[in-house]
Amino acid sequence: MLEITDLHAGYGQMKVLHGISLTIGAGEIVALLGSNGAGKSTLNNNISGIYRPNSGKIKFEGTDITGLRSEAVVDLGIVQVPEGRRVFPNMSIRENLELGSFRRGRARRRENLDRVVEIFPRLQERFDQLAGTLSGGEQQMLAIGRALMSEPRVLILDEPSLGLSPLLVEEMFTLIDHLNKDGLSIFLVEQNVMQSLEIAHRAYVMENGEIVLSGVAEDLLKDPNLKKAYLGL
Amino acid sequence: MELLGFSLPSYGWSTIFGSTISGVFLGSIYALVAVGLTLIYGVLHIINFAHGALLMLAMYAVYFLWNILGIDPYLAMLIVVPGGFAFGYGLQRFIIGKASHGKDEITLLVTLGVAIVIENMALFFFSATERSVRVPYDLDGIDLGVTYAVYPELAALVGSFLITLALWAFMTRTDTGKAIRAVSKERQGAQLVGINVDHIFAVTFGIGVACVAAAASLLVPTYAVHPQIGSLFVLIAFTVVVLGGMGSFVGALVGGFLIGVTEQLGRLYLGESLGVITISVIFIFVLLFRPTGLFGVKAG
Repeated sequence: MLEITDLHAGYGQMKVLHGISLTIGAGEIVALLGSNGAGKSTLNNNISGIYRPNSGKIKFEGTDITGLRSEAVVDLGIVQVPEGRRVFPNMSIRENLELGSFRRGRARRRENLDRVVEIFPRLQERFDQLAGTLSGGEQQMLAIGRALMSEPRVLILDEPSLGLSPLLVEEMFTLIDHLNKDGLSIFLVEQNVMQSLEIAHRAYVMENGEIVLSGVAEDLLKDPNLKKAYLGL
Repeated sequence: MELLGFSLPSYGWSTIFGSTISGVFLGSIYALVAVGLTLIYGVLHIINFAHGALLMLAMYAVYFLWNILGIDPYLAMLIVVPGGFAFGYGLQRFIIGKASHGKDEITLLVTLGVAIVIENMALFFFSATERSVRVPYDLDGIDLGVTYAVYPELAALVGSFLITLALWAFMTRTDTGKAIRAVSKERQGAQLVGINVDHIFAVTFGIGVACVAAAASLLVPTYAVHPQIGSLFVLIAFTVVVLGGMGSFVGALVGGFLIGVTEQLGRLYLGESLGVITISVIFIFVLLFRPTGLFGVKAG
């Protein structure tokens, strides 16, 4: 579904990604694991059209989408839940969700709103509260809910478990698994190795802007190289 | 009456009330100019130094529409407001935005440059001569008992209120309005839901200029037009914006009225030239106790 080939990217003179290649198939959860500064968010923001890569290709269902503007990427149904949530703090939960369907899914906004609050009942309790006043966990739910409003075809989750309590982390991974079982393709970018591998089909391990390890999630769980690569031992 | 050892003239209540009312009328125009300024500041995080020049340009447009085509200044709003929006949109999208490469400090200087260019072109093409419009009904009005309010004053008050109300409805009810608010606080989050930030910046700038154009229509029947007229109003609008709280709509409105009334009462008690210092006095006082302005929130 999404296919990235030999992607080089960075910020001005600073090179961050040195030839990343990976694929995300329809209906898959693909995990991208790596420590802080490995270049995971840079990759996401190049897919989402926030930045333009220096070279390489990003294809969606066979069509070249490299360097497309972020609106066009959202139009295709590639939607990112960014690291740090980036909800609109000055707006209510309802308005945040409504803006999720700014481009895609506008016609079914009402139905989708009902569906999202069914998944996250806690959001409905605070529908008219400003997003900036929510706890980290609630903001994460809101950010995912906002993404779901646009009827995504591929959902990119950038560190959804970051800063959540262990109980909420568990809840988050169960939710991701459910969304996937409903047919959504998910690109899960995480530092939480064990829990990510438990729900993912396949995984890539990234280090200093390069893929150092990849394979089926179950195999990677047993792979002695994983610990070595991930912990840098 | 005495204040700090100075003796002030004493007036009857009707005089004081009359001054207050005319301050409210004047304040509504300040509010309208300030609303545009505060909107642009809140979203683009820049102070638009070209605001005054654009007000002046819009006043000339209203003047020439009346002088050449015989269009009533208030009716001209139907032309200058959309025209102002289009002009502002283009200015931000193709000149200010392009020239500043996303750096706020450059944007600031570009707007200053735009102001200088517009003001000097106005001086060159229109000369420094004051031009004024006299509508046939400029001295008609309504007797409020204590004072007499002429139609241009009433139009300014009602017009400013309706425009601010419409703007508020736009910002809270429409997707574009919500997108503007989203961009003001969370640019990357906005991009990720598919909002074109450059477009929203330009729309915001366009609305700011449309506010100024509306203010121009309301001003022309009472104020003569000349190339420097913009700076007069914008200096006060800056004060209003800071006083009300940077980026706050309500702040701009309340601040506008507060400054308008203060100025008129100051003129009444201290005379035409000294009276204007009351603006600065109340400005400093408010900032002493509320550094973020009346309705401002801490930046960040």
